[in-house]
Amino acid sequence: MKRKEGSFFNMFTSLKRVIRLGWLNFKRQSGLTLATVSIMVMSIFLITSLFLLQGMTNFLVSNLKERVDISVYFKKDSSEKDILKVKTELSENPEVKNIEYISKEEALDRFTERHKEDPIVIESLAEVGRNPLLASLNIKAWQASQYEAISNFLEKGPHQGLIEKVDYYQNKEIIERIFKISSNISVSGIIFSFIFGLVAILVAFNTIRLAIYSSREEISIMRLVGASNWFIRGPFLIQGIIVGIAATFFTLLIFALVLFFFSPRIEVFLPGFNLFGYFREHLFTLLFIQLATGIGLGVISSFIAIRKYLKV
Amino acid sequence: MIKFQNITKIYNPTTVALDNVSFNIEKKEFVSITGRSGAGKTTLLKLLLAEEKPTRGRVFFDDQDVHKIEPEKLPQLRRRIGAIFQDYKLLPSKTVFENVAYVLEVIGASDLEISRDVPQVLEIVGLSDKPENFPQELSGGERQRVAIARALIIRPNVILADEPTGNLDPYHIREVINLLLKINEMGTTVLLATHNKEIINNLGKRVITLEKGRVIKDEEKGRFIF
Repeated sequence: MKRKEGSFFNMFTSLKRVIRLGWLNFKRQSGLTLATVSIMVMSIFLITSLFLLQGMTNFLVSNLKERVDISVYFKKDSSEKDILKVKTELSENPEVKNIEYISKEEALDRFTERHKEDPIVIESLAEVGRNPLLASLNIKAWQASQYEAISNFLEKGPHQGLIEKVDYYQNKEIIERIFKISSNISVSGIIFSFIFGLVAILVAFNTIRLAIYSSREEISIMRLVGASNWFIRGPFLIQGIIVGIAATFFTLLIFALVLFFFSPRIEVFLPGFNLFGYFREHLFTLLFIQLATGIGLGVISSFIAIRKYLKV
Repeated sequence: MIKFQNITKIYNPTTVALDNVSFNIEKKEFVSITGRSGAGKTTLLKLLLAEEKPTRGRVFFDDQDVHKIEPEKLPQLRRRIGAIFQDYKLLPSKTVFENVAYVLEVIGASDLEISRDVPQVLEIVGLSDKPENFPQELSGGERQRVAIARALIIRPNVILADEPTGNLDPYHIREVINLLLKINEMGTTVLLATHNKEIINNLGKRVITLEKGRVIKDEEKGRFIF
């Protein structure tokens, strides 16, 4: 009996069969399937946690950085025009991220607002009879190391006559420490992600290898009755895909539930950060990462593990 | 059609399974290979399927050196040979029906052919009442008959049968041998390895007798001598 090999119809029939055989394997080897799916859930769980942790770290780090700034106070008799000139000059500096001008009046407003519950302060302010506060520029730089240069420019540059003081040196230590902590957090985040990611991948890979090891006899029989390598491999790859999808589904479900209930508690530690909201916002990215992890691990591990049994 | 040329097979390191064996099998022949267990019958069949490589010598199938075929092209060879293995080699996670259908799926038969041919062949080997059973639910004889059904269904050029009656009762032995004879009459070459005296003596066909890896007798209308 001669049959046309590789015709379109044949390829379609083979594909259909490979998918059906893969599905049957998934269904029938329920014990094995359960084991691989649960291991895969753990791997995807770990990788998803890393993703969320990354989000939390980024939030924490940028939050810390946001709080760092220096203020430069101008002498009482400096005109607004001069101050704005300094501001324009500073804003041309690429190291400066943001500058805010606070006039004497605004400084007073903020001061009274802040101390409105404190009658003694308000009374003594009234006693002074005039605005004792200075106009200032509030400067944020991109990086901590740049504050020193900015502060030098102000204190020793052409405008030093206008300037009463720069509060950099009072804050120097705190600024540097905050930046050190945040860069430590980022680096350890990357190292942890790498290690845990590797562990997750190795565990899943070994589980699948064991699963295929248990089918080695079957694979050699298939070779002996004339099945081509792709026809043998195909169902295992399909099985890997199904396992990956099932694991993704379960992991997503677990996360949705856990985050929904625990997000408020996390918000206590990280004010302004809603983990469940972050999860929902990045749902598609997450889904993509999870599916890529699940299916990728399933398919690649199966592919590698099956290779050595195809040599009959 | 099949040519064994000075075949020596040594399993590591000193067990000589076959020692300089040569013989030819013509198209449409019915050849029995006999000899005590360990005489090398199974090794011969494994060599023809390229499951094992010979230590020395060559095996030809239709003038093609079997051991020079690239691994990707081996399936083409194996699809022309219907092999019945001594240990059945059934797929444990597939039902009787699926085991037999699998080889048809492998060669790209249509769904129609599968749903038509499989029940027919199962009928022939007397298993039409157990298509949904898994191999571990069957007796040795039933498993053997599934293996036979699987070899027959692809209508191969050659049938290799390694002790196909080993686990069968006399009634089924006769059935299976008659089946092999019928297939042979229809033009299929049959290579039967057995040490069943009755079968050999009743067949009246060519018999090759092996002892300790050597051919000690090769005669038309042979008789059982061990």
